[in-house]
Amino acid sequence: MPCTEFSPSIFTRPVYADLVSRGAAPAIMLADGDGAEALIDLVARDASVMEQAHVMFIPLATNHGARLKALGAPSYHESPSFAACLERFQKALADARMGTSLYLAGTEGLIGQAMALAVAAGLAPGAIQAEHRGSIARRMQCVHCKGVTEAVTTDPFVCSHCGLTLFVRDHFSRRLGAFQGVCVDAETPGIVPPTQEIQP
Amino acid sequence: MTSQMLRVAEVEVLTPLVKRFRFEHPEGKTLPLFSGGAHVVVEMEDGETLRRNAYSLISDPQDGSGYEIAVRREDRGRGGSRFMHTKVSEGDPLRVNAPVNLFALDLRARKHVLIAGGIGITPFLAQLRQLTRLQLPFELHYAARSRAEAAGLKLLPQAPMIQVHLSEEGNRLDPGAILAHQPLGTHVYTCGPEGLIVGVEDAAQRLNWPKDVFHSEAFLSPPPGKPFTVTLTRSGLTLTVAPNQSLLEALEAAKVEIPWSCRGGACGRCETEVRSCKGRIAHHDHWLEDAEKSAQTKIMPCVSRFEGEELLLDR
Ligand code: FES
Repeated sequence: MPCTEFSPSIFTRPVYADLVSRGAAPAIMLADGDGAEALIDLVARDASVMEQAHVMFIPLATNHGARLKALGAPSYHESPSFAACLERFQKALADARMGTSLYLAGTEGLIGQAMALAVAAGLAPGAIQAEHRGSIARRMQCVHCKGVTEAVTTDPFVCSHCGLTLFVRDHFSRRLGAFQGVCVDAETPGIVPPTQEIQP
Repeated sequence: MTSQMLRVAEVEVLTPLVKRFRFEHPEGKTLPLFSGGAHVVVEMEDGETLRRNAYSLISDPQDGSGYEIAVRREDRGRGGSRFMHTKVSEGDPLRVNAPVNLFALDLRARKHVLIAGGIGITPFLAQLRQLTRLQLPFELHYAARSRAEAAGLKLLPQAPMIQVHLSEEGNRLDPGAILAHQPLGTHVYTCGPEGLIVGVEDAAQRLNWPKDVFHSEAFLSPPPGKPFTVTLTRSGLTLTVAPNQSLLEALEAAKVEIPWSCRGGACGRCETEVRSCKGRIAHHDHWLEDAEKSAQTKIMPCVSRFEGEELLLDR
């Protein structure tokens, strides 16, 4: 499964491309689920990219771990969730110097959160690459209560914090690493459009 | 373009080749504030010719009581710096345009590394004050050939973050050593001779720094050259550009309307369409893409020249 192609949308909707090797330089690689295959493909194009790589993987429901580990990064670690991986990821960012590249691969929830943390740690946007693979579920912030609902696959959806029915916008906050959800029936309470699967 | 008549309040000889000038409002009015890296265009009436040269502001960006610049005399230049050195003295009126900044600090950076060569120290003198005021981490490296030539020595404060590299004293500036091991979030800024800028850019690339953290300003003054003829399709004029004149200055002398800002091939304001070109454009700007340059369909009249049979411009 190649990098997901999303239909053209507003300017703030992130777009993704195939990862491009920046050579045998210090690298932090973070992937979840099918994102592992993006890293495997990257190494197939340039094996040297692994020479100084620190790889972190969250398998979700996949079994790519063994193949990813076999790529031979000097440091490889698996975590059951992004939350479990957070401390390790932040330590890697804190230890990084200029010249370190960040490769992200997998779901938008992972990419968005990791990118927000990396930018906050000082990494330049030009040093970060992201390739989308796997689920197109979105990490949504409710613009009303500010609560974040993970893995949203339908539009509209119910905010897991305040219970409002939210319209899934393409507007993305880089700072929060989340899409914005807006009350869908504010003017016509109770009149809610039919629920649809989110499309790429 | 807003400009005002200012008065030369101070002239100080910093080195045999560099003078510092201070401009103030004749009635003591406050001048617009600026940000570190900004420049002003100074207008000089040199006999028949009106010269406009851009100079980085070196004074405190938050101090509106005056503007200060440092001018290095370029004897092989077109005459602007020679005019400043030989014809301008305290008390003279000079027309100065409002500051414009094409070399601003990126305040998203966690740390700023400033690398200057020679007179390229000027934009950093104002940035230094801004960084100090904002209490942002920085280091400044200033390279010059010798102590006698280093005008910056008189203008730089003594501080551990400020390092002077004098090649004559065997202390050459090494961009690779400066950029190695910088913390995440560092931006690098360089201004000086082309060789230094290329050296810093190469080192940044070699160390895998992303392009968006590299900032440079080459002091581009229009190079003199052979005279050439240019025909303007809209105004129906044919002009000759003199050896010591830029194409932009020739257009201005002929009263042809043309926008400008930096007069140094960096801002893009003066971009002009080429209708026909039989010959070779000597592109000296940092604005056009390489492909645009080789296609010879656009020219930046503030710095670029022409050699050949015919040049037709859409002006
Ligand atoms: S005036 Fe700025 S590029 Fe010509």
